Amino acid sequence: MRTVAVVGASLAGLSAARSLRKQGFDGRLIVIGDEQHRPYDRPPLSKEFLAGTVREADLALETDGEDLQAEWLLGVRAAGFDPGDHAVRLADGRSVRADGVVIATGATARMLPGGDGLDGVHTLRTLDDARALRADLARGGRLVVIGGGFIGAEVASTAYGLGLDVTVVEAAPTPLAGPLGEVMGGVVSTLHADHGVRLLCGVGVKGLSGSARVDAVLLEDGRSIPADTVVIGVGARPCVEWLEGSGVVLDDGVKCGADGRTSVAGVVAVGDCASWYDPFAGVHRRVEHWTGARERPDAAVAALLSAGAATPAAPRPPYFWSDQYGVRIQFAGHSAGADSVTVEEGLPDERSFLAVYRRSGHPVAVLGMNQPRLFTRWRKQLATATL
Amino acid sequence: MMIPACRLADLPRGEAHRLDLDPPVSLFHTDDGEVFAIDDTCTHQDASLADGWLEGSEVECPLHASKFDLRTGAVDSPPAKLPVRTHQVLIEDGMIYVQPSTEAPNLPPCIAARLAGGPA
Ligand SMILES: Cc1cc2nc3c(=O)[nH]c(=O)nc-3n(C[C@H](O)[C@H](O)[C@H](O)COP(=O)(O)OP(=O)(O)OC[C@H]3O[C@@H](n4cnc5c(N)ncnc54)[C@H](O)[C@@H]3O)c2cc1C
Ligand code: FES
Repeated sequence: MRTVAVVGASLAGLSAARSLRKQGFDGRLIVIGDEQHRPYDRPPLSKEFLAGTVREADLALETDGEDLQAEWLLGVRAAGFDPGDHAVRLADGRSVRADGVVIATGATARMLPGGDGLDGVHTLRTLDDARALRADLARGGRLVVIGGGFIGAEVASTAYGLGLDVTVVEAAPTPLAGPLGEVMGGVVSTLHADHGVRLLCGVGVKGLSGSARVDAVLLEDGRSIPADTVVIGVGARPCVEWLEGSGVVLDDGVKCGADGRTSVAGVVAVGDCASWYDPFAGVHRRVEHWTGARERPDAAVAALLSAGAATPAAPRPPYFWSDQYGVRIQFAGHSAGADSVTVEEGLPDERSFLAVYRRSGHPVAVLGMNQPRLFTRWRKQLATATL
Repeated sequence: MMIPACRLADLPRGEAHRLDLDPPVSLFHTDDGEVFAIDDTCTHQDASLADGWLEGSEVECPLHASKFDLRTGAVDSPPAKLPVRTHQVLIEDGMIYVQPSTEAPNLPPCIAARLAGGPA
């Protein structure tokens, strides 16, 4: 393998580039990214960066003086892929031919229909989004967050800390029920009320009002919630349009085996855009968490360099964290298959506890609030239990 | 100056012990029976490495999984970028002693800002 192109220059792309060099690839390495920025870290965008406690320079993912001997094509979008000669077509007309391709184009925040025409309406995915939102939050006033998922909750928490008057609107009866289940989703979302942030659940959004700038969020039950700034946090969709018609099989992201290999030889996919086969559950899943985007490229690169002969190490159970209102939330595993969840330590009322999800008596997931030590022990146990 | 930390018998293999120094230091007893001392606070954010996941001679941060080498303090991958300090360890008569490093610690930005009197 002489040339490898990595498409997407964020966490998963950088991790893949690093894995390539670490695993001995010494050929030509090209990294293509449509943002102008060098790889940066997204989790702080809804937390410390938005709050103003870490600076832009602190977001860099590369270390000082790190040199992967790569050609960086930044500020240019991949627009197509020709599997015949493994050529990535760029939006500016150029084309990059490579023996191996790593797809790492991540995901993009979903907008609400009609949301993008008004000033003061934001989504949050990129550094540029965060800069714009931070400038609007500095005006103070009333913030309405549409969507009570993790990013929405973190923005609400940060904005509360900045002194804004915050309302969160969630269409489902309980926020976070998808990842955490009804009971624990309810427990975690009590953090909003602790701080006087209004949480309106079970009501959909009909639209936004305002002429140049947004002035209210209109709910389906007829209410109108005044707003100076609105953040739409209703999830993300994988950035894979550029692969349509290329022969790379897509199904809610790039469909991959348990080692990241796609339907096209010499092409792997990693990070938020990739739907990997989960051998334990027997299904494909797209996992949109930092740790997967950081770790799975090791396995995908091994598969790429060995043409699939390498046996991937068993992946650790998916893990994510969230920081809200000064509380550390950590979760590992899959709650979907659980038939019970019990608090093993601590008290939900004190916002410090550890809960274990089980299926037929076996632990399948674990949730911690402000319990990093216990959580770590349980996460380890969970990893060995699934081997 | 050697600081008495704890008895070796009180620190089983695979466990960590946090010392309330300023900044805090943690001792790790590896499965191979070696004892190391490093700064307890991750260089990325405010997390205690004593709460982390000890494997071989590396500890994984309990929050975002950067791994620190207990021998050198070096960090393997993001989000942490800077190493932690290592400290000299001496075991005598079943007692563990630590000699704190005189180098400047690499504190995470949030804590460095707090110490400098900036925003918490
Ligand atoms: C605000 C925010 C907070 C988060 N907080 C947490 C958290 O607390 N805990 C946690 O576990 N996870 C968190 N995450 C999720 C985590 O950041 C992602 O899982 C991770 O960034 C995924 O990395 P990635 O490289 O796969 O995708 P991305 O980071 O989305 O990067 C993909 C890159 O590819 C580029 N790209 C897209 N299409 C093209 C194209 N056609 N051509 C070229 N380039 C392209 C994009 O512009 C982008 O730079 C958060 C995410 C956000 C946005
Ligand atoms: S706090 Fe240690 S890696 Fe983030």
